[in-house]
Order: sequence, then structure tokens, then C-alpha cells
Amino acid sequence: MKPFAYARPGDVVEAVRDVVAEPNAVFLAGGTNLVDHLRLGVARPDLVVDVRTLTSREVTGLPDGGLRLGAATTNSQVAADPRVRERYPVLAQALLAGATGQLRNMATTGGNPLQRTRCVYFSDVTTPCNKREPGSGCSAVGGYTRYHAVLGTPAALPDPHAPETCIATHPSDMAVALAALDAQVQVLGPDGERTIPFTELHRLPGDDPSRDTVLQHGELITAIDLPVLPAGTRSAYRKVRDRASYAFALVSVAAVVTPDGELRLALGGVAHKPWRATRAEEVLRGQQLTEDAVRAAITAELAAAQPQPGIDSGNGFKIPLVARTVLATVRGLLPEEQS
Amino acid sequence: MDAEITLRVDGEAHRLTVDTRTSLLDALRERLGNTSPKKGCDHGQCGACTVLLDGDRALTCLALAVAHDGAEITTADGLAPAGELHPVQQAFLDSDAFQCGYCTPGQVCSAVGVLEEFERGWPSHVTEDLTGRPEMSHDEVAERMSGNLCRCAAYVNITPAVQQAGGAR
Ligand SMILES: Cc1cc2nc3c(=O)[nH]c(=O)nc-3n(C[C@H](O)[C@H](O)[C@H](O)COP(=O)(O)OP(=O)(O)OC[C@H]3O[C@@H](n4cnc5c(N)ncnc54)[C@H](O)[C@@H]3O)c2cc1C
Ligand code: SF4
Ligand code: FES
Ligand code: FES
Repeated sequence: MKPFAYARPGDVVEAVRDVVAEPNAVFLAGGTNLVDHLRLGVARPDLVVDVRTLTSREVTGLPDGGLRLGAATTNSQVAADPRVRERYPVLAQALLAGATGQLRNMATTGGNPLQRTRCVYFSDVTTPCNKREPGSGCSAVGGYTRYHAVLGTPAALPDPHAPETCIATHPSDMAVALAALDAQVQVLGPDGERTIPFTELHRLPGDDPSRDTVLQHGELITAIDLPVLPAGTRSAYRKVRDRASYAFALVSVAAVVTPDGELRLALGGVAHKPWRATRAEEVLRGQQLTEDAVRAAITAELAAAQPQPGIDSGNGFKIPLVARTVLATVRGLLPEEQS
Repeated sequence: MDAEITLRVDGEAHRLTVDTRTSLLDALRERLGNTSPKKGCDHGQCGACTVLLDGDRALTCLALAVAHDGAEITTADGLAPAGELHPVQQAFLDSDAFQCGYCTPGQVCSAVGVLEEFERGWPSHVTEDLTGRPEMSHDEVAERMSGNLCRCAAYVNITPAVQQAGGAR
């Protein structure tokens, strides 16, 4: 492992200042992703700024009835919080479907959405990867694509040698639930505070696959806010994986149904970012939430899906799998007489 | 780059100088000679390095020692001060819940954490009613212990051992 300096400043303002002053500095929270990447040589910082004990470790009520999750709250703590279990079951379920008890005790609200892709080539420093080594190419195209994207990718098959190619997926379960809940991200940067809608935090590869989010160097997540939901709202998270526990999602679905029948839908395991299914939501707007309507809506969402061939027989299986998983998830949330 | 830290391990305080790159696992094993937590994968994937860190089960291979200055750590060794076995350790013996034993100290620490999490009423992925109190069923225990892999596949006895220890409390 490359040597690095370690700092635990007095407060978050100093932490931001420290990272801004050193172009090759990173924040450290629970360490469950960063420490692995330090060891693998995927992350090679000169300075590690520890913010785990600087950001809030509390879940607090907001004046409008929502909840604020401090950046240092652990994934276990948030999943066990009675207010989250009762009012945001989709979030508790997503957290509990991720990783393991030990990891959830360490992983934080700030760190979880910022974990990097689990693309095997990204973690293997001997292979070309545009996300890890900009311009080196993408080893996943035509390689192992079982865990890779089907949405948000170019319409034509991507060129493995082009510097903009990346077909990786975002691996977080929590992030899919936060996208469906319209969470808001509280950020502190060198120029002060700003709020980013969760659905705008992550980006598609665009012309720079090395950037997962819109955060600038030195911008720190201080909290994530959950907006209040109308009374009687139901929500659920469903994850499909290669084994029943302790595995990343092949695909996952976060669904929120309000009492007046509005569906908010987000998909995991399908794109470079947690995928809010806005097309499906549009198709459903003003319609009765029946199985047929949901089927038509998800078909519309998946119209642009692009399967990736691969040496492991590719990831085309995800397209029907997403459709079935959405139906199964939403079915469980409909009032008895409709399902 | 070096840093000076204090770790309280199994009830005893240790002051030591560590390279900032040192994991908590290496600090325990290589610096303090506590070989109870094992290095199975060094990537957070197997659970062999599990200890109780400030009261909660955690993976020492993904923790930087320098980031846990002042931490209170209990290893499987520390669960049996003066050779008096912890109920979870006794249950592992009674249920024949290990073969080679490599994963066992991590399993035991994880199980102690699991029982504490039941005590607090924490839900799991298989909990049907998120607002209720989870039962200590086979499926609940198996799901909660899924972060501890066993190459010898002693799972059929590990799950009942944890249930037994839970019932015995
Ligand atoms: C074996 C294994 C299995 C896993 N399985 C799953 C799974 O099934 N589902 C799932 O969702 N996750 C899974 N994970 C990933 C785990 O959830 C993440 O590693 C964890 O949530 C990251 O949080 P952390 O606090 O440990 O972040 P860290 O590792 O400390 O940091 C992660 C990144 O976020 C940055 N960062 C941290 N905090 C802040 C902040 N406040 N502001 C700005 N930047 C910040 C860091 O610089 C770093 O780049 C798994 C991990 C492992 C090792
Ligand atoms: S898919 Fe993205 S992360 Fe994976 S090898 Fe290609 S560029 Fe790297
Ligand atoms: S050695 Fe820590 S999880 Fe495997
Ligand atoms: S007893 Fe051998 S690895 Fe578990």
C-alpha cells in the first residue's frame, strides 16, 4: 500500500479545508470501501481525512415531519431506527439487504452512496479501466458483464477502447431507496453549504467515467434528509441476487405508493447510477395503478435498454428480470381490491 | 507515516506506534500478539477477523488502526477471561459447531453481536414485520450470521449453537 498521511481535524470546516488544500486527499468514514481500495491500489491518496467522528451520528426529526440522517449514522443504526422502520420501510429493507451485520455496523450514511462500482476490472489494477485509469479503455465490454448496465448506455455497442466507455453499475442498495424517496443531500464545500436532490447526486459516465457523482473535490456530505410522505404511503425494496444473502444485486427495485395511487420507482443494478424510472412514472401519471398499467409503464421504461454481450453469456437476462421484479414489488403495495 | 495510538484490547490498554496503513487486524495480530482474530481474505468478505469494536461486531481488516485510537476491543480470546467460557463459546462446543476452527473466533464474536442485536430488537433482511420484535428463528440467525463464511461448512451446527446460546441467556 502506498504511504499516506492521516488527519482527524477538529471539525467539518477544517476537514473540508484540508481536503481542498491537497489535490490528492480523500475523506474516510467507515472505511469499508476505501480501506479495501487502498489495499488493492485502486485508491492511492497522499492524505486521508477522517470525518467519521466529525459528522453527526444522529437521526433527527425535521420540522416538516421528515428525518435527517447524520452522515456518520451507521447503516445498522438507520435500519433499526423505529421511525425509519415505520415510515420509510423501503429504506430499512434496502439497508438490511446490503452487505452483512459487521459491515453495516461500520458503513455510514455518507459513505454508502459514495461506494465505488463492484466491476471486477475496476478492482483489478492489472486491467484497463476508464473509471480507475482514465483513457485506458474498458475491459468489461465483451468481458464479464453479468453485473453491468443495461440502461443509460449508448444505443450502439460501446467501443472498449474509447476513453468515455464505461458500462459499470452503481452497487449501493441504500441509494436506490433514497432515489425513490426523493431524499436531499446536505453538502458542505469550500464555498459553504448546498443541497443536492439525491436523484441528481450520481451521474452517467458522460465523457468522464472516473466521476461517479457531481460532488466537487472537497465537498463533504454532512447529512441526508428524507422528506415527509403522505400518511398511508406504502413502500418496499426487493433485491434479486445470485445467493440469498451477502451478495450484490443483479437487479433491485425500490417502490413507493402514495394513498392517491402515485408510484415512485427506482431501479438498482441496471445503470451507472441509481435509476429513477421517470419514464414509467410519466406513463402511469393520472392512471389507476393496476398490474396491466404497471406492466405497460415498465415496458416503456425498458424500451431503450441495451443488453451487453459477454463471455459469461451477457446481461440480457436483466431486462425481463427488472420487469418481473417491478411487478412483484408493486403488487405487494397495492390495496387488496386492486391486486 | 507513523501515528501513536491507544487500544484497549480484552480489558488491557496498549500504547503503540503504528504506520497509518496498518489495519486494526494487523495491529492486533502482528503488534499485540493477539492471534484470535484471523486473516481470511483481508477484503471484508469472510468475517474471520470479526471482533467487538466499542460493543458492536465489526471487521478489523477494513478498519485502519489509526482511525480507532482509544477504541475498546473484545476478541474471542477476551470473551473467556481466566478460561471461563462465554455462553456462546460453550454452545459452539456443545453443538459441535466447528471443524478446523479457523473461522470460529470470528463466528463467536459475530454471534455475541447477533445476540445483542436481537436484545435491542434490531430487524434483519428476513424479518417479516419491520415494526415488531424479531424472533430468534433458524432463518433469522442464519441471515444475521451470513457474513461469517466457514470453509468447512459447519453452518448446520453453527446456527443451532447461536440459537442455543440465545435461549440460554
Ligand atoms: C464484502 C462486502 C459486501 C458488500 N455488500 C454490499 C451490498 O450488498 N449492498 C451495498 O449497498 N453495499 C455493500 N457493500 C458496500 C458497503 O455498503 C460500503 O462499503 C459502505 O456503505 C461504504 O460506507 P463507509 O462509511 O464504510 O465508506 P468509506 O469506505 O469510508 O468511504 C467510501 C467513499 O465515500 C467517501 N466518503 C465517505 N464519507 C463521506 C462524506 N461524508 N462526504 C463525502 N465523501 C465521503 C470516501 O472518500 C470514499 O470515497 C459491501 C461491502 C463489502 C466489503
Ligand atoms: S465498466 Fe467501467 S469500471 Fe468496469 S472496466 Fe469498464 S470503465 Fe472500468
Ligand atoms: S479477513 Fe476481514 S473479512 Fe476476511
Ligand atoms: S470450522 Fe473450518 S472454516 Fe469454519
